Amino acid sequence: MDMLDILLSASFWAAAIRIASPLIFATLGELICERAGVLNLGIEGIMVAGAFAGWMAVYSGTGLWTGVLVAMVVGMMFGLIHSVLTVPFGLSQHVVGLGVTLLATSSTYYAYRLALPEVTSPPKITAFQPFEIPILSDIPLLGPALFAQTPMTYLAFVLVAVVALVLYCTPLGLALRAAGENPSAVAAQGLSVTGIRMGAVIVGSGFMAMGGAFLTMSAFDSFFFEMVNGRGWICIALVVFGAWKPGKALLGAVLFAAFDALQIRVQQTPLGADIPYQIFLMTPYVLSILALIAMSRRAEVPGALMVPFNKGER
Amino acid sequence: MRLEPIANPSLARTILPPAIAIAMTVVVASLLAMLAGANPFSVLGLILKGAFGSKFAALETLNRATPLIFTGLSVAVAFRARLWNIGAEAQLYAGALITVVLGTGALPWGAGALLPVLALGAMLAGALVLLVPALLKVRFGVDEVVTTLLFNFIFLLFISMLLEGPLKDPMGMGWPKSERLIAEARLPRMMEGLRLHWGFGLAIIAAAVVWVIQRRTTLGYEMRAVGLNRDAARFAGIAVNGVLIKTALLSGGLAALAGFSEVAGLKGNLTLDLSPGFGYTGIIVAMLALLNPLAVVAAALFVAGIFVGADSMSRAIGVPTYLADIMLATALLLMVLAILLTRFRVVRE
Repeated sequence: MDMLDILLSASFWAAAIRIASPLIFATLGELICERAGVLNLGIEGIMVAGAFAGWMAVYSGTGLWTGVLVAMVVGMMFGLIHSVLTVPFGLSQHVVGLGVTLLATSSTYYAYRLALPEVTSPPKITAFQPFEIPILSDIPLLGPALFAQTPMTYLAFVLVAVVALVLYCTPLGLALRAAGENPSAVAAQGLSVTGIRMGAVIVGSGFMAMGGAFLTMSAFDSFFFEMVNGRGWICIALVVFGAWKPGKALLGAVLFAAFDALQIRVQQTPLGADIPYQIFLMTPYVLSILALIAMSRRAEVPGALMVPFNKGER
Repeated sequence: MRLEPIANPSLARTILPPAIAIAMTVVVASLLAMLAGANPFSVLGLILKGAFGSKFAALETLNRATPLIFTGLSVAVAFRARLWNIGAEAQLYAGALITVVLGTGALPWGAGALLPVLALGAMLAGALVLLVPALLKVRFGVDEVVTTLLFNFIFLLFISMLLEGPLKDPMGMGWPKSERLIAEARLPRMMEGLRLHWGFGLAIIAAAVVWVIQRRTTLGYEMRAVGLNRDAARFAGIAVNGVLIKTALLSGGLAALAGFSEVAGLKGNLTLDLSPGFGYTGIIVAMLALLNPLAVVAAALFVAGIFVGADSMSRAIGVPTYLADIMLATALLLMVLAILLTRFRVVRE
């Protein structure tokens, strides 16, 4: 198959959007945290926890959307732990983040073993099915790529718009951005930097968990160990690539996913068969690093990212 | 709430918070054990017994602690200079890779010449692996947390490629594993009849050397200065970037020794499951040791004990071994908080 044929096929772009969806959720989540001034390295573990919690809830009999909600709440609980330690106590965001990833991952695996002690392969659920939006899905190329996705993908795109709107057009968004740029100014306004930052981390963590839930409830229909496989770390790179802006981050996630979808297709061509498959599997990680290098010169890092705020301290 | 520094912390202030952190970790573990339907006392007892209860158990713990001392030192050195090396896993595999490339017959020397060359070669490889993220940080300002994390995935895939390609053992029945080291490339046992190899001795020596570097040399002083306040260090005339690069080389080299020691001392060949996350666990070890190189040895023994003990407990009564990981994550989070509370008091507004 010719490269051009791949790039012009609707199925390719449909796959790219599908691959991008979990990244969009989690990248948005990380973006919210970082915009408020907190680096959340708990992302990888929170995605694992979300993937398991949503899937387990549905497997135990709840509806799919309830499952998404459960995943979100579990993510927010880990966000609470992260935010208590990093915001009021101002502990190292690196150490706490890695600790939260470890805690979320290991408690997920522990819960899995307790819930399903005897299984060799994890059970399946009835996952979200693609929903074709009438009329829009009939547009050639664009229709099947964008408008024949699962409902969670639509939700991801809606969330990008909502987050952008809240960040740039509401007092809350202004306060959140200020908490990450100039917390003293926020405090001078009589607002609580601690409250804003904690809220951002908790909500952001909820989004991350939804990204994980997409994997088990929309992309696949089952939970596997190692399922998240570094996606969280990739999302941290995507936030930088997107210059901490929701729209650009969305673009970055789709672009990234397109490369990922492309490597999967190239792998299946005669040319791809001669190249060790590990080279293909490396590409997402290598791409992330290249993106970081490319954006490093223009990075508009939030001024107070990773700087704890202790009121009264000057 | 607000944090207020305490000028002269009392003895109780110094001891109580860490003690409470440990107690709470035990409480969390007990609750989780009860959740699994087991008696918490027997679970904790079995973990202790499995870790230190017999000569065999203790030796197993020492063996498991060996790579953790190296990765713990690697992280401690890096974090002290605020170089966030989360890539000890990749550096460990780099060390293991050089060990099998040079140690499976490429260098037909005696053990006296071969082993030092393998160890140095491993250190060099690990140093180079961390040099790339360090240069990216220094030159382009690319955050090393993300690059070192991503390098772990890239490097493991690279190892997998080699093990299914040029390094594959033709006699390996199709398994992706390397050929075995020649006898001269194996680390001998520290004492006849004891299942403990010289990797452990090397780890202790490494801890002492790192302590000397940090406390008794100019480089160590510069590393600490850079970690405390980069701008102040620069103002004082320290070449901050140079110090960060040197820190990276040392840190990467130390993590690589874990790979060398595991292959040459324990396993004898390279497989993809050589390390069950020793690189990541090194972060816990280093933090529990408050980044002190000598305390890293004790912390590694503690962490290794929990892992070995939990394995043995799990075999006996079936509570999942992930209990060990939860305990360590909890201990890590509570301990960093506890250390803070030994120096600050919480004031209500």
